[in-house]
Amino acid sequence: MTARTPVLSVRGLSVRFLMPGGRRIAAVTDAHFDVAAGECLALIGESGCGKSVLASALLGLLPANAQAAGQARLGDLDLLAADERTLARTVRGRLIGLVPQSPAAHLTPVRTVRSQLEETVAALTGGRGRAAVRSAAEAAAERAAFPAGHLDRHPHELSGGLAQRAATALALVGDAPLLVADEPTTGLDRDLVDHTVDELRRHADTGHRGLLVITHDLAAAERIADRVAVMYAGRIVELVDAKAFFGTPGPRHPYSRGLLQALPHRAFTPIPGMPPELGNLPDGCAFAPRCARATHACTALPQQADGIACHHPHVPEDLRA
Amino acid sequence: MLELHDITAGYGRGAPVVRNATLALAPGESVGLLGPSGCGKSTLARVAALLHRPEAGTVTLDGDPVRGWRYRAPRTQRTAIGVVFQQPRLSCDPRLRLTDLIAEPLRATGRRDEIPERLAELAPAVGLTPDLMDRRPHEVSDGQLQRACLARALVLRPRWLICDEVTAMLDASTAAALVAAVEEYRTATGAGLLAVGHDQVLLDRWCDRTVHWKKLTVAVHE
Repeated sequence: MTARTPVLSVRGLSVRFLMPGGRRIAAVTDAHFDVAAGECLALIGESGCGKSVLASALLGLLPANAQAAGQARLGDLDLLAADERTLARTVRGRLIGLVPQSPAAHLTPVRTVRSQLEETVAALTGGRGRAAVRSAAEAAAERAAFPAGHLDRHPHELSGGLAQRAATALALVGDAPLLVADEPTTGLDRDLVDHTVDELRRHADTGHRGLLVITHDLAAAERIADRVAVMYAGRIVELVDAKAFFGTPGPRHPYSRGLLQALPHRAFTPIPGMPPELGNLPDGCAFAPRCARATHACTALPQQADGIACHHPHVPEDLRA
Repeated sequence: MLELHDITAGYGRGAPVVRNATLALAPGESVGLLGPSGCGKSTLARVAALLHRPEAGTVTLDGDPVRGWRYRAPRTQRTAIGVVFQQPRLSCDPRLRLTDLIAEPLRATGRRDEIPERLAELAPAVGLTPDLMDRRPHEVSDGQLQRACLARALVLRPRWLICDEVTAMLDASTAAALVAAVEEYRTATGAGLLAVGHDQVLLDRWCDRTVHWKKLTVAVHE
Protein backbone atom coordinates (compact mmCIF):
# COMPACT_ATOMS: atom_id res chain seq x y z
CA MET A 1 0.00 0.00 0.00
CA THR A 2 1.34 3.43 -0.80
CA ALA A 3 2.11 5.99 1.86
CA ARG A 4 0.52 8.75 -0.18
CA THR A 5 -2.98 9.80 0.74
CA PRO A 6 -5.46 8.06 -1.50
CA VAL A 7 -7.64 10.02 -3.90
CA LEU A 8 -10.13 7.21 -3.96
CA SER A 9 -10.62 4.73 -1.19
CA VAL A 10 -12.98 1.82 -1.79
CA ARG A 11 -14.01 -0.34 1.14
CA GLY A 12 -16.26 -3.37 0.87
CA LEU A 13 -17.93 -2.27 -2.34
CA SER A 14 -20.58 -4.73 -3.50
CA VAL A 15 -23.09 -4.43 -6.31
CA ARG A 16 -26.12 -6.70 -6.68
CA PHE A 17 -28.54 -6.72 -9.58
CA LEU A 18 -32.10 -7.73 -8.78
CA MET A 19 -33.51 -9.68 -11.67
CA PRO A 20 -37.07 -10.69 -12.46
CA GLY A 21 -38.13 -13.76 -10.49
CA GLY A 22 -36.10 -12.73 -7.44
CA ARG A 23 -32.73 -13.74 -8.89
CA ARG A 24 -29.76 -11.80 -7.59
CA ILE A 25 -26.63 -11.25 -9.66
CA ALA A 26 -23.49 -10.62 -7.62
CA ALA A 27 -21.61 -8.38 -10.06
CA VAL A 28 -19.10 -6.97 -7.56
CA THR A 29 -18.40 -8.43 -4.14
CA ASP A 30 -16.46 -6.88 -1.28
CA ALA A 31 -13.94 -4.83 -3.26
CA HIS A 32 -11.21 -3.04 -1.30
CA PHE A 33 -8.63 -0.80 -2.94
CA ASP A 34 -7.09 2.67 -2.93
CA VAL A 35 -5.92 4.88 -5.74
CA ALA A 36 -3.31 7.48 -4.75
CA ALA A 37 -2.55 10.79 -6.48
CA GLY A 38 -0.17 10.26 -9.39
CA GLU A 39 -0.71 6.52 -9.23
CA CYS A 40 -2.18 4.22 -11.82
CA LEU A 41 -4.15 1.18 -10.73
CA ALA A 42 -5.11 -1.28 -13.45
CA LEU A 43 -8.18 -3.42 -12.85
CA ILE A 44 -7.92 -6.49 -15.07
CA GLY A 45 -9.97 -9.62 -15.62
CA GLU A 46 -12.03 -11.58 -18.13
CA SER A 47 -14.96 -9.93 -19.85
CA GLY A 48 -18.09 -10.12 -17.76
CA CYS A 49 -16.25 -10.31 -14.43
CA GLY A 50 -17.72 -7.06 -13.09
CA LYS A 51 -15.00 -4.53 -13.94
CA SER A 52 -17.23 -2.07 -15.76
CA VAL A 53 -19.99 -2.38 -13.17
CA LEU A 54 -17.48 -1.26 -10.57
CA ALA A 55 -16.71 1.86 -12.63
CA SER A 56 -20.41 2.57 -13.09
CA ALA A 57 -20.91 2.27 -9.33
CA LEU A 58 -18.22 4.89 -8.70
CA LEU A 59 -19.90 7.31 -11.10
CA GLY A 60 -23.42 6.57 -9.87
CA LEU A 61 -24.40 5.27 -13.29
CA LEU A 62 -25.81 1.91 -12.23
CA PRO A 63 -29.19 0.93 -13.64
CA ALA A 64 -32.25 1.14 -11.44
CA ASN A 65 -32.30 -2.55 -10.50
CA ALA A 66 -28.82 -2.42 -8.97
CA GLN A 67 -28.02 -2.09 -5.29
CA ALA A 68 -24.60 -0.90 -4.18
CA ALA A 69 -23.25 -1.43 -0.66
CA GLY A 70 -20.02 -0.50 1.08
CA GLN A 71 -18.05 2.70 0.80
CA ALA A 72 -16.19 4.51 -1.94
CA ARG A 73 -14.65 7.66 -0.50
CA LEU A 74 -13.42 10.42 -2.73
CA GLY A 75 -12.10 13.04 -0.32
CA ASP A 76 -14.90 13.58 2.21
CA LEU A 77 -17.59 12.32 -0.09
CA ASP A 78 -18.97 8.79 -0.10
CA LEU A 79 -19.83 8.19 -3.74
CA LEU A 80 -22.22 5.36 -2.96
CA ALA A 81 -24.26 7.41 -0.49
CA ALA A 82 -24.36 10.56 -2.62
CA ASP A 83 -27.65 11.54 -4.22
CA GLU A 84 -28.13 12.11 -7.93
CA ARG A 85 -27.98 15.89 -7.53
CA THR A 86 -24.54 15.73 -5.89
CA LEU A 87 -23.30 13.21 -8.42
CA ALA A 88 -24.48 15.26 -11.36
CA ARG A 89 -23.28 18.63 -10.06
CA THR A 90 -20.05 17.87 -8.28
CA VAL A 91 -18.84 14.37 -9.11
CA ARG A 92 -19.15 13.53 -12.79
CA GLY A 93 -16.65 15.51 -14.81
CA ARG A 94 -15.55 17.57 -11.80
CA LEU A 95 -14.27 14.99 -9.31
CA ILE A 96 -14.11 12.01 -11.65
CA GLY A 97 -13.25 12.26 -15.33
CA LEU A 98 -14.40 9.31 -17.41
CA VAL A 99 -12.47 8.16 -20.46
CA PRO A 100 -15.08 5.98 -22.13
CA GLN A 101 -14.82 2.56 -23.74
CA SER A 102 -15.60 3.52 -27.30
CA PRO A 103 -14.98 7.22 -27.90
CA ALA A 104 -16.66 7.16 -31.28
CA ALA A 105 -19.91 6.16 -29.56
CA HIS A 106 -19.38 8.55 -26.63
CA LEU A 107 -19.10 11.69 -28.74
CA THR A 108 -22.23 13.31 -30.13
CA PRO A 109 -22.22 12.40 -33.81
CA VAL A 110 -23.99 15.51 -35.12
CA ARG A 111 -21.75 18.11 -33.49
CA THR A 112 -18.15 19.06 -34.04
CA VAL A 113 -15.47 18.31 -31.48
CA ARG A 114 -15.08 22.04 -30.85
CA SER A 115 -18.73 22.54 -30.03
CA GLN A 116 -18.69 19.60 -27.62
CA LEU A 117 -15.53 20.83 -25.92
CA GLU A 118 -16.92 24.35 -25.61
CA GLU A 119 -20.13 23.06 -24.09
CA THR A 120 -18.18 21.01 -21.56
CA VAL A 121 -15.87 23.92 -20.74
CA ALA A 122 -18.83 26.27 -20.27
CA ALA A 123 -20.68 23.78 -18.08
CA LEU A 124 -17.77 22.74 -15.90
CA THR A 125 -15.83 25.97 -15.49
CA GLY A 126 -18.67 28.50 -15.77
CA GLY A 127 -19.20 30.38 -19.03
CA ARG A 128 -17.28 33.63 -19.25
CA GLY A 129 -18.03 34.90 -22.71
CA ARG A 130 -17.62 33.34 -26.11
CA ALA A 131 -13.94 34.19 -26.67
CA ALA A 132 -12.87 32.86 -23.27
CA VAL A 133 -14.76 29.59 -23.75
CA ARG A 134 -13.28 29.22 -27.22
CA SER A 135 -9.71 29.61 -26.05
CA ALA A 136 -10.33 27.39 -23.01
CA ALA A 137 -11.66 24.68 -25.31
CA GLU A 138 -8.59 24.99 -27.52
CA ALA A 139 -6.37 24.74 -24.46
CA ALA A 140 -8.26 21.62 -23.36
CA ALA A 141 -7.75 20.06 -26.78
CA GLU A 142 -4.06 20.83 -26.62
CA ARG A 143 -3.71 19.18 -23.21
CA ALA A 144 -4.93 15.91 -24.70
CA ALA A 145 -2.71 16.43 -27.78
CA PHE A 146 -5.77 16.80 -30.00
CA PRO A 147 -4.65 18.76 -33.10
CA ALA A 148 -6.31 22.18 -33.37
CA GLY A 149 -6.82 21.69 -37.11
CA HIS A 150 -9.26 18.85 -36.44
CA LEU A 151 -11.45 20.72 -33.95
CA ASP A 152 -14.10 21.60 -36.50
CA ARG A 153 -14.57 18.00 -37.58
CA HIS A 154 -17.41 15.70 -36.69
CA PRO A 155 -16.68 12.44 -34.83
CA HIS A 156 -17.09 10.26 -37.93
CA GLU A 157 -14.29 12.20 -39.62
CA LEU A 158 -11.81 11.22 -36.92
CA SER A 159 -9.64 8.13 -36.75
CA GLY A 160 -9.88 5.87 -33.70
CA GLY A 161 -6.84 7.49 -32.11
CA LEU A 162 -8.08 11.04 -32.60
CA ALA A 163 -11.56 10.18 -31.31
CA GLN A 164 -9.86 8.73 -28.24
CA ARG A 165 -7.98 11.97 -27.70
CA ALA A 166 -11.15 14.02 -28.14
CA ALA A 167 -12.84 11.91 -25.46
CA THR A 168 -9.79 12.25 -23.21
CA ALA A 169 -9.82 16.03 -23.71
CA LEU A 170 -13.46 16.09 -22.55
CA ALA A 171 -12.57 13.99 -19.51
CA LEU A 172 -9.74 16.38 -18.56
CA VAL A 173 -11.72 19.62 -18.80
CA GLY A 174 -13.00 19.51 -15.22
CA ASP A 175 -9.48 18.97 -13.84
CA ALA A 176 -10.80 16.06 -11.80
CA PRO A 177 -8.50 14.47 -9.20
CA LEU A 178 -9.51 10.99 -10.39
CA LEU A 179 -9.57 9.69 -13.95
CA VAL A 180 -11.45 6.48 -14.69
CA ALA A 181 -10.66 4.88 -18.03
CA ASP A 182 -13.01 2.04 -18.93
CA GLU A 183 -11.38 -0.16 -21.60
CA PRO A 184 -9.74 2.84 -23.27
CA THR A 185 -7.87 0.71 -25.82
CA THR A 186 -10.47 -1.74 -27.12
CA GLY A 187 -10.15 -2.26 -30.86
CA LEU A 188 -7.09 -0.04 -31.30
CA ASP A 189 -3.94 -1.42 -32.88
CA ARG A 190 -0.77 -1.87 -30.85
CA ASP A 191 0.85 1.48 -31.72
CA LEU A 192 -2.33 3.37 -30.89
CA VAL A 193 -2.74 1.41 -27.66
CA ASP A 194 0.78 2.36 -26.57
CA HIS A 195 0.17 5.95 -27.51
CA THR A 196 -3.19 6.15 -25.73
CA VAL A 197 -1.99 4.62 -22.49
CA ASP A 198 1.19 6.72 -22.49
CA GLU A 199 -0.97 9.81 -22.71
CA LEU A 200 -3.19 8.64 -19.86
CA ARG A 201 -0.09 7.96 -17.82
CA ARG A 202 1.19 11.45 -18.57
CA HIS A 203 -2.03 12.98 -17.25
CA ALA A 204 -1.61 11.04 -14.02
CA ASP A 205 2.03 12.10 -13.68
CA THR A 206 1.72 15.77 -14.55
CA GLY A 207 -1.61 16.47 -12.92
CA HIS A 208 -1.13 14.37 -9.80
CA ARG A 209 -4.33 12.64 -10.64
CA GLY A 210 -5.26 9.20 -9.58
CA LEU A 211 -5.83 6.93 -12.56
CA LEU A 212 -8.03 3.84 -12.51
CA VAL A 213 -7.70 1.90 -15.75
CA ILE A 214 -10.15 -0.91 -16.37
CA THR A 215 -8.88 -3.19 -19.09
CA HIS A 216 -8.60 -6.73 -20.36
CA ASP A 217 -5.50 -5.75 -22.35
CA LEU A 218 -2.64 -7.08 -20.25
CA ALA A 219 0.02 -5.46 -22.42
CA ALA A 220 -1.57 -2.04 -21.89
CA ALA A 221 -1.79 -2.69 -18.15
CA GLU A 222 1.85 -3.70 -18.01
CA ARG A 223 2.81 -0.51 -19.78
CA ILE A 224 1.17 1.99 -17.43
CA ALA A 225 0.16 0.44 -14.14
CA ASP A 226 1.89 0.94 -10.80
CA ARG A 227 -0.35 -1.65 -9.22
CA VAL A 228 -2.61 -4.34 -10.61
CA ALA A 229 -5.92 -5.57 -9.22
CA VAL A 230 -7.10 -8.86 -10.72
CA MET A 231 -10.82 -9.40 -10.65
CA TYR A 232 -12.51 -12.77 -10.95
CA ALA A 233 -16.26 -13.38 -10.68
CA GLY A 234 -16.82 -10.01 -9.03
CA ARG A 235 -14.05 -10.28 -6.44
CA ILE A 236 -10.60 -8.77 -6.43
CA VAL A 237 -8.49 -11.91 -6.01
CA GLU A 238 -5.05 -10.32 -6.19
CA LEU A 239 -3.80 -6.77 -5.67
CA VAL A 240 -0.08 -6.35 -6.15
CA ASP A 241 2.73 -4.22 -7.45
CA ALA A 242 2.74 -4.25 -11.27
CA LYS A 243 6.50 -4.92 -11.55
CA ALA A 244 6.23 -8.05 -9.41
CA PHE A 245 3.12 -9.14 -11.28
CA PHE A 246 4.42 -8.93 -14.83
CA GLY A 247 8.08 -9.67 -14.02
CA THR A 248 9.49 -11.79 -11.24
CA PRO A 249 8.26 -13.32 -9.03
CA GLY A 250 5.08 -13.11 -11.10
CA PRO A 251 1.49 -13.37 -9.97
CA ARG A 252 0.63 -15.64 -7.06
CA HIS A 253 -3.04 -16.34 -7.64
CA PRO A 254 -3.58 -19.34 -9.95
CA TYR A 255 -6.12 -17.34 -11.94
CA SER A 256 -3.71 -14.45 -12.54
CA ARG A 257 -1.05 -16.93 -13.64
CA GLY A 258 -3.50 -18.57 -16.03
CA LEU A 259 -4.41 -15.19 -17.47
CA LEU A 260 -0.77 -14.31 -18.14
CA GLN A 261 -0.07 -17.76 -19.59
CA ALA A 262 -2.88 -17.25 -22.10
CA LEU A 263 -0.94 -14.46 -23.79
CA PRO A 264 0.32 -15.32 -27.29
CA HIS A 265 3.95 -14.57 -26.39
CA ARG A 266 3.72 -16.88 -23.38
CA ALA A 267 2.10 -20.34 -23.39
CA PHE A 268 -1.03 -19.25 -25.37
CA THR A 269 -3.12 -21.80 -23.48
CA PRO A 270 -6.54 -20.78 -22.21
CA ILE A 271 -7.66 -21.31 -18.64
CA PRO A 272 -9.83 -24.44 -18.81
CA GLY A 273 -13.57 -24.00 -18.39
CA MET A 274 -15.65 -20.87 -18.33
CA PRO A 275 -16.09 -18.16 -15.73
CA PRO A 276 -18.96 -18.94 -13.33
CA GLU A 277 -22.37 -17.36 -13.57
CA LEU A 278 -22.51 -14.28 -11.37
CA GLY A 279 -26.07 -15.23 -10.41
CA ASN A 280 -25.01 -18.64 -9.20
CA LEU A 281 -21.64 -18.39 -7.48
CA PRO A 282 -20.33 -21.24 -5.35
CA ASP A 283 -19.97 -20.67 -1.60
CA GLY A 284 -16.24 -21.20 -1.66
CA CYS A 285 -13.57 -19.96 -4.02
CA ALA A 286 -15.24 -19.14 -7.36
CA PHE A 287 -12.12 -20.18 -9.29
CA ALA A 288 -11.80 -23.63 -7.71
CA PRO A 289 -13.67 -25.52 -10.50
CA ARG A 290 -11.09 -24.29 -13.04
CA CYS A 291 -8.07 -24.47 -10.74
CA ALA A 292 -5.40 -27.17 -10.86
CA ARG A 293 -4.43 -26.47 -7.26
CA ALA A 294 -7.93 -26.73 -5.80
CA THR A 295 -8.36 -28.97 -2.76
CA HIS A 296 -11.03 -29.55 -0.16
CA ALA A 297 -10.03 -26.28 1.54
CA CYS A 298 -11.32 -24.35 -1.47
CA THR A 299 -14.94 -25.03 -0.55
CA ALA A 300 -14.46 -22.26 2.02
CA LEU A 301 -14.18 -18.69 0.84
CA PRO A 302 -10.53 -17.54 0.91
CA GLN A 303 -9.92 -14.36 2.88
CA GLN A 304 -7.93 -11.52 1.39
CA ALA A 305 -4.54 -11.48 3.12
CA ASP A 306 -1.37 -9.75 1.98
CA GLY A 307 -2.96 -8.73 -1.32
CA ILE A 308 -4.18 -12.17 -2.32
CA ALA A 309 -7.33 -14.22 -1.78
CA CYS A 310 -6.35 -17.85 -2.30
CA HIS A 311 -5.89 -20.97 -0.17
CA HIS A 312 -3.03 -22.26 -2.31
CA PRO A 313 -1.15 -19.29 -3.75
CA HIS A 314 2.06 -19.82 -5.65
CA VAL A 315 4.96 -18.92 -3.40
CA PRO A 316 8.27 -17.62 -4.76
CA GLU A 317 10.05 -20.95 -4.03
CA ASP A 318 8.06 -23.03 -6.47
CA LEU A 319 8.31 -20.32 -9.07
CA ARG A 320 12.07 -20.79 -9.21
CA ALA A 321 11.80 -24.54 -9.33
CA MET B 1 -7.13 -22.91 -53.03
CA LEU B 2 -8.55 -19.54 -52.13
CA GLU B 3 -6.98 -17.04 -54.50
CA LEU B 4 -7.40 -13.29 -54.56
CA HIS B 5 -5.81 -11.88 -57.67
CA ASP B 6 -5.16 -8.19 -58.30
CA ILE B 7 -8.12 -7.09 -56.18
CA THR B 8 -9.18 -3.46 -56.12
CA ALA B 9 -12.09 -2.70 -53.82
CA GLY B 10 -13.64 0.25 -52.04
CA TYR B 11 -16.83 2.01 -51.09
CA GLY B 12 -16.95 4.97 -53.40
CA ARG B 13 -16.11 5.79 -56.96
CA GLY B 14 -12.49 6.59 -57.63
CA ALA B 15 -11.30 6.04 -54.07
CA PRO B 16 -10.51 2.34 -53.61
CA VAL B 17 -9.50 1.21 -50.13
CA VAL B 18 -7.66 -1.82 -51.49
CA ARG B 19 -5.52 -1.53 -54.60
CA ASN B 20 -4.16 -4.45 -56.63
CA ALA B 21 -3.92 -6.88 -53.74
CA THR B 22 -2.97 -10.49 -54.41
CA LEU B 23 -3.07 -13.31 -51.89
CA ALA B 24 -3.31 -17.08 -52.27
CA LEU B 25 -4.09 -19.64 -49.59
CA ALA B 26 -3.23 -23.29 -50.15
CA PRO B 27 -5.80 -25.87 -49.02
CA GLY B 28 -5.65 -26.22 -45.25
CA GLU B 29 -3.19 -23.39 -44.92
CA SER B 30 -3.57 -20.71 -42.27
CA VAL B 31 -2.46 -17.23 -43.23
CA GLY B 32 -2.32 -14.20 -40.97
CA LEU B 33 -2.90 -10.85 -42.65
CA LEU B 34 -1.25 -8.10 -40.66
CA GLY B 35 -1.84 -4.38 -41.02
CA PRO B 36 -2.53 -1.21 -39.02
CA SER B 37 -6.01 0.18 -38.30
CA GLY B 38 -7.74 1.55 -41.36
CA CYS B 39 -5.41 0.06 -43.99
CA GLY B 40 -8.17 -1.84 -45.79
CA LYS B 41 -7.43 -5.34 -44.55
CA SER B 42 -11.01 -5.86 -43.36
CA THR B 43 -12.29 -4.85 -46.80
CA LEU B 44 -10.04 -7.46 -48.39
CA ALA B 45 -11.30 -10.02 -45.87
CA ARG B 46 -14.87 -9.15 -46.85
CA VAL B 47 -13.98 -9.68 -50.51
CA ALA B 48 -12.49 -13.07 -49.65
CA ALA B 49 -15.62 -13.93 -47.66
CA LEU B 50 -17.75 -13.10 -50.72
CA LEU B 51 -19.38 -10.27 -48.80
CA HIS B 52 -18.06 -7.32 -50.80
CA ARG B 53 -17.86 -7.17 -54.58
CA PRO B 54 -14.47 -5.87 -55.72
CA GLU B 55 -14.22 -3.22 -58.44
CA ALA B 56 -11.55 -5.21 -60.23
CA GLY B 57 -9.69 -8.46 -59.87
CA THR B 58 -10.66 -12.09 -59.55
CA VAL B 59 -11.39 -14.42 -56.67
CA THR B 60 -11.01 -18.14 -57.24
CA LEU B 61 -12.48 -20.55 -54.74
CA ASP B 62 -11.23 -24.14 -54.98
CA GLY B 63 -10.70 -23.77 -58.73
CA ASP B 64 -13.99 -22.04 -59.55
CA PRO B 65 -13.99 -18.33 -60.28
CA VAL B 66 -16.35 -16.31 -58.08
CA ARG B 67 -18.91 -14.46 -60.20
CA GLY B 68 -21.36 -13.20 -57.60
CA TRP B 69 -21.00 -11.72 -54.15
CA ARG B 70 -23.33 -11.64 -51.15
CA TYR B 71 -26.76 -13.07 -52.10
CA ARG B 72 -25.62 -13.49 -55.69
CA ALA B 73 -22.96 -16.00 -54.74
CA PRO B 74 -24.10 -19.55 -55.45
CA ARG B 75 -24.94 -21.47 -52.29
CA THR B 76 -22.13 -23.98 -52.82
CA GLN B 77 -19.57 -21.18 -52.72
CA ARG B 78 -21.26 -19.18 -49.97
CA THR B 79 -21.45 -22.14 -47.62
CA ALA B 80 -17.83 -23.09 -48.24
CA ILE B 81 -16.75 -20.02 -46.27
CA GLY B 82 -17.35 -19.26 -42.60
CA VAL B 83 -16.83 -15.73 -41.29
CA VAL B 84 -16.26 -14.42 -37.78
CA PHE B 85 -16.22 -10.66 -37.27
CA GLN B 86 -14.53 -8.37 -34.77
CA GLN B 87 -17.58 -7.18 -32.89
CA PRO B 88 -19.91 -10.01 -31.87
CA ARG B 89 -22.61 -7.56 -30.70
CA LEU B 90 -22.90 -6.00 -34.13
CA SER B 91 -22.82 -9.28 -36.00
CA CYS B 92 -25.79 -11.04 -34.48
CA ASP B 93 -29.53 -10.52 -34.35
CA PRO B 94 -30.29 -9.35 -30.78
CA ARG B 95 -33.66 -11.13 -30.85
CA LEU B 96 -32.31 -14.61 -31.42
CA ARG B 97 -31.38 -16.99 -28.62
CA LEU B 98 -27.88 -18.39 -29.00
CA THR B 99 -29.28 -21.76 -30.15
CA ASP B 100 -31.19 -20.05 -32.97
CA LEU B 101 -28.26 -17.79 -33.76
CA ILE B 102 -26.04 -20.83 -34.29
CA ALA B 103 -28.71 -22.85 -36.12
CA GLU B 104 -29.72 -20.04 -38.49
CA PRO B 105 -27.33 -20.98 -41.34
CA LEU B 106 -28.74 -24.53 -41.29
CA ARG B 107 -32.30 -23.18 -41.47
CA ALA B 108 -31.37 -20.77 -44.25
CA THR B 109 -29.95 -23.57 -46.36
CA GLY B 110 -32.77 -26.06 -45.76
CA ARG B 111 -30.84 -28.41 -43.49
CA ARG B 112 -33.07 -28.17 -40.41
CA ASP B 113 -32.79 -31.88 -39.65
CA GLU B 114 -29.10 -31.47 -38.85
CA ILE B 115 -29.74 -28.82 -36.18
CA PRO B 116 -29.88 -30.99 -33.02
CA GLU B 117 -26.82 -32.98 -33.99
CA ARG B 118 -24.68 -29.97 -34.96
CA LEU B 119 -25.67 -27.98 -31.87
CA ALA B 120 -24.76 -30.87 -29.62
CA GLU B 121 -21.33 -31.08 -31.26
CA LEU B 122 -20.57 -27.38 -31.52
CA ALA B 123 -21.62 -26.04 -28.14
CA PRO B 124 -18.96 -27.98 -26.19
CA ALA B 125 -16.40 -27.47 -28.99
CA VAL B 126 -16.54 -23.69 -28.62
CA GLY B 127 -17.03 -23.86 -24.85
CA LEU B 128 -20.69 -22.88 -24.46
CA THR B 129 -22.60 -24.46 -21.58
CA PRO B 130 -26.27 -25.53 -21.99
CA ASP B 131 -27.64 -22.73 -19.77
CA LEU B 132 -26.06 -20.12 -22.06
CA MET B 133 -27.66 -21.54 -25.18
CA ASP B 134 -31.15 -20.36 -24.21
CA ARG B 135 -30.09 -16.77 -23.68
CA ARG B 136 -30.23 -13.79 -25.96
CA PRO B 137 -27.13 -11.77 -26.84
CA HIS B 138 -27.69 -9.07 -24.18
CA GLU B 139 -27.63 -11.74 -21.48
CA VAL B 140 -24.13 -13.01 -22.28
CA SER B 141 -20.66 -11.44 -22.24
CA ASP B 142 -18.70 -10.43 -25.34
CA GLY B 143 -16.52 -13.49 -25.00
CA GLN B 144 -19.48 -15.85 -24.78
CA LEU B 145 -21.18 -14.17 -27.73
CA GLN B 146 -18.03 -14.44 -29.82
CA ARG B 147 -17.93 -18.17 -29.06
CA ALA B 148 -21.49 -18.39 -30.40
CA CYS B 149 -20.47 -16.44 -33.49
CA LEU B 150 -17.64 -18.92 -34.06
CA ALA B 151 -20.09 -21.82 -33.70
CA ARG B 152 -22.36 -20.13 -36.25
CA ALA B 153 -19.44 -19.83 -38.67
CA LEU B 154 -18.59 -23.51 -38.23
CA VAL B 155 -22.12 -24.92 -38.35
CA LEU B 156 -22.11 -25.52 -42.14
CA ARG B 157 -18.65 -27.16 -41.95
CA PRO B 158 -16.92 -24.57 -44.17
CA ARG B 159 -13.70 -25.39 -46.01
CA TRP B 160 -12.46 -21.85 -45.39
CA LEU B 161 -12.61 -19.63 -42.35
CA ILE B 162 -12.22 -15.86 -42.43
CA CYS B 163 -11.52 -14.38 -38.99
CA ASP B 164 -11.47 -10.58 -38.96
CA GLU B 165 -9.88 -9.35 -35.71
CA VAL B 166 -11.91 -11.91 -33.79
CA THR B 167 -9.98 -11.54 -30.55
CA ALA B 168 -9.66 -7.74 -30.43
CA MET B 169 -12.54 -7.37 -27.96
CA LEU B 170 -11.58 -10.34 -25.80
CA ASP B 171 -9.38 -10.95 -22.78
CA ALA B 172 -6.28 -13.11 -23.08
CA SER B 173 -7.82 -16.34 -21.84
CA THR B 174 -10.96 -16.12 -23.99
CA ALA B 175 -8.82 -15.20 -27.00
CA ALA B 176 -6.61 -18.23 -26.48
CA ALA B 177 -9.69 -20.45 -26.04
CA LEU B 178 -11.25 -19.15 -29.25
CA VAL B 179 -8.06 -19.69 -31.22
CA ALA B 180 -7.82 -23.20 -29.77
CA ALA B 181 -11.40 -23.93 -30.90
CA VAL B 182 -10.63 -22.70 -34.43
CA GLU B 183 -7.48 -24.82 -34.57
CA GLU B 184 -9.33 -27.89 -33.30
CA TYR B 185 -11.85 -27.52 -36.10
CA ARG B 186 -9.08 -27.06 -38.67
CA THR B 187 -7.21 -30.13 -37.45
CA ALA B 188 -10.39 -32.20 -37.68
CA THR B 189 -11.54 -30.97 -41.10
CA GLY B 190 -8.43 -29.58 -42.81
CA ALA B 191 -10.08 -26.21 -43.40
CA GLY B 192 -8.02 -23.22 -44.45
CA LEU B 193 -7.90 -19.96 -42.48
CA LEU B 194 -7.43 -16.29 -43.25
CA ALA B 195 -6.93 -14.46 -39.95
CA VAL B 196 -6.85 -10.68 -40.15
CA GLY B 197 -5.40 -8.63 -37.34
CA HIS B 198 -2.97 -6.01 -36.11
CA ASP B 199 -1.31 -8.12 -33.43
CA GLN B 200 1.83 -9.62 -34.94
CA VAL B 201 2.63 -11.75 -31.88
CA LEU B 202 -0.82 -13.32 -32.01
CA LEU B 203 -0.81 -13.97 -35.77
CA ASP B 204 2.73 -15.38 -35.77
CA ARG B 205 1.72 -17.76 -33.03
CA TRP B 206 -1.59 -18.71 -34.62
CA CYS B 207 -0.89 -19.02 -38.35
CA ASP B 208 1.44 -20.99 -40.66
CA ARG B 209 2.63 -17.73 -42.17
CA THR B 210 1.96 -14.06 -41.62
CA VAL B 211 1.74 -11.65 -44.53
CA HIS B 212 2.16 -7.96 -44.02
CA TRP B 213 -0.41 -5.75 -45.70
CA LYS B 214 2.25 -3.84 -47.62
CA LYS B 215 3.52 -7.03 -49.27
CA LEU B 216 0.18 -7.80 -50.91
CA THR B 217 0.27 -5.08 -53.52
CA VAL B 218 3.97 -5.29 -54.31
CA ALA B 219 3.79 -8.88 -55.52
CA VAL B 220 1.71 -8.03 -58.60
CA HIS B 221 3.95 -5.30 -59.92
CA GLU B 222 7.22 -7.10 -59.59
